[in-house]
Amino acid sequence: METVKNHFFNDMGVMLGRSIRHIFRSMDTIITVTIMPIAIMLLFVYVLGGAIQTGTDSYLNYLLPGILLITIANGIGYVSYRMFMDKQRGIFERFHSMPIAHSAPLWGHVLTSLVSNAISVLVIILVALIMGFRSPAGVLSWLAVAGMLALFTLALTWIAIIPGLTAKTFDGASVIAYPIHLLPFISSAFVPTETMPSGVRAFAENQPVTLILESIRALLYGQPVGNDIWVALAWCFGIMLVAYIFAMRAYKKRV
Amino acid sequence: MLNSSIQVQGLQKSYKNLHVLKGVDFEVGKGSIFALLGSNGAGKTTIVKILTTLLRQDGGTAAVNGFDVAAKPDYVRQSISLTGQFAAVDEILTGRENLIMIAKLRHLKNPLQVTDDLLNRFGLTDAADRAVATYSGGMHRRLDIAMSLVGSPKIIFLDEPTTGLDPEGRIEVWKLIKELANNGATVFLTTQYLDEAEQLADRIAILHEGRIIANGTLADLKKLFPSTKVKYVEKQPSLEEIFLAIVGKKEEN
Ligand SMILES: Nc1ncnc2c1ncn2[C@@H]1O[C@H](COP(=O)(O)OP(=O)(O)OP(=O)(O)O)[C@@H](O)[C@H]1O
Ligand SMILES: [Mg+2]
Repeated sequence: METVKNHFFNDMGVMLGRSIRHIFRSMDTIITVTIMPIAIMLLFVYVLGGAIQTGTDSYLNYLLPGILLITIANGIGYVSYRMFMDKQRGIFERFHSMPIAHSAPLWGHVLTSLVSNAISVLVIILVALIMGFRSPAGVLSWLAVAGMLALFTLALTWIAIIPGLTAKTFDGASVIAYPIHLLPFISSAFVPTETMPSGVRAFAENQPVTLILESIRALLYGQPVGNDIWVALAWCFGIMLVAYIFAMRAYKKRV
Repeated sequence: MLNSSIQVQGLQKSYKNLHVLKGVDFEVGKGSIFALLGSNGAGKTTIVKILTTLLRQDGGTAAVNGFDVAAKPDYVRQSISLTGQFAAVDEILTGRENLIMIAKLRHLKNPLQVTDDLLNRFGLTDAADRAVATYSGGMHRRLDIAMSLVGSPKIIFLDEPTTGLDPEGRIEVWKLIKELANNGATVFLTTQYLDEAEQLADRIAILHEGRIIANGTLADLKKLFPSTKVKYVEKQPSLEEIFLAIVGKKEEN
């Protein structure tokens, strides 16, 4: 009898196909995810930005990395939602009673999250370009930025999978989105941390979102990235690893 | 047992302190239709989940197609399909895409051909390219069952396959189930409808308070019915009456 293992990539391919269809048939989720960051971007650049001192010549250039992270944080709620729906509707049980690679359905969700967030991020960058965003960064720097954003997405995705798997109700599944939404607001996303009161400032400067932001800024505007990028990477990998372990444990317990 | 597809012995299962299965025994013969009968909450779905490798039992053994469900779940999955109590279909995909997805996951060589055949057989050809979200309840169920037949599994589990169907839909599903057994598949189905078990099953088992309290052919079960002797009016007991009589007697003890 043939074994299950050697079909992993075939099964993943099928799951990816399913994901892509889901994404392209629910384009409204991309709009829902991007509309708020775009509104914030417009508000801050055209209304509030004039009064904010960032030490850069264009406030939009300063703001964009934060907007990108907010966009990803926004998209993350849908990971829990899709996960919960699959579990609820029984399609997971069907998959798990079939001779397929056991974790393929779970990885399918991870891929979906990566692809849909990549689309949202592209939409935001496009809008920013229209608004006048410019970056001197070369291909390598852009690749590094893409890598950081992908890592940030993965870390949040694995966190979001946990309530998607364990929640008993729909509201329970989506609750994780709220604290994640807040993090970019208490960071250097909108204003430099120097102006904040010392307690808030200590938090803001050391939380991963700020470190990721500063690394992305450095990459986009050709400044030396320094140590921040390694600490930022360590944060992302650390969060991802812990969330992955808990998510896998919840997944194995469910099935 | 060469002639049995499913063997269950002393099966136990609790959820926290709710003791649902208290030692369940039965066997299902190859190529037969076996109906597991029980009221709401009796533990039918729990048994189905254990047999389809979705849930671990606490005690006892269960073998499907000769493989122990706990020790060799991968092998069990090669020979079974599950139609759960609630339709397990992807609402965003079309009916055709759902079937192709399953055919590819079953690693079939000709997924498109298999899909066309099943769509045809289940009367879903016209709706094949519509999103499943637009299907009626009956169409959902038909697609759900069609998805379970992809790859012609040897042993088919159907958990309350006709719940929520109108009478016509039920008769249609009954016909299908009989066809499956005629083609050599073993069918394990659960139901709350006594007439369904009566119509379809070669053997019927009644699950009550964690145990199988009766198991046999319809004729066997009819013998258990006490009052056929008093006959002013010619009347065969229906399975419903037998069920109520057995359950009632158990509860008096
Ligand atoms: N995951 C669970 N956690 C706790 N209790 C559960 C769980 N699943 C089932 N139960 C309980 O176990 C009992 C048996 O459930 P099961 O679903 O097997 O019954 P059933 O015979 O399929 O009922 P129905 O006809 O309503 O589908 C019920 O009392 C149910 O509430
Ligand atoms: Mg049930």
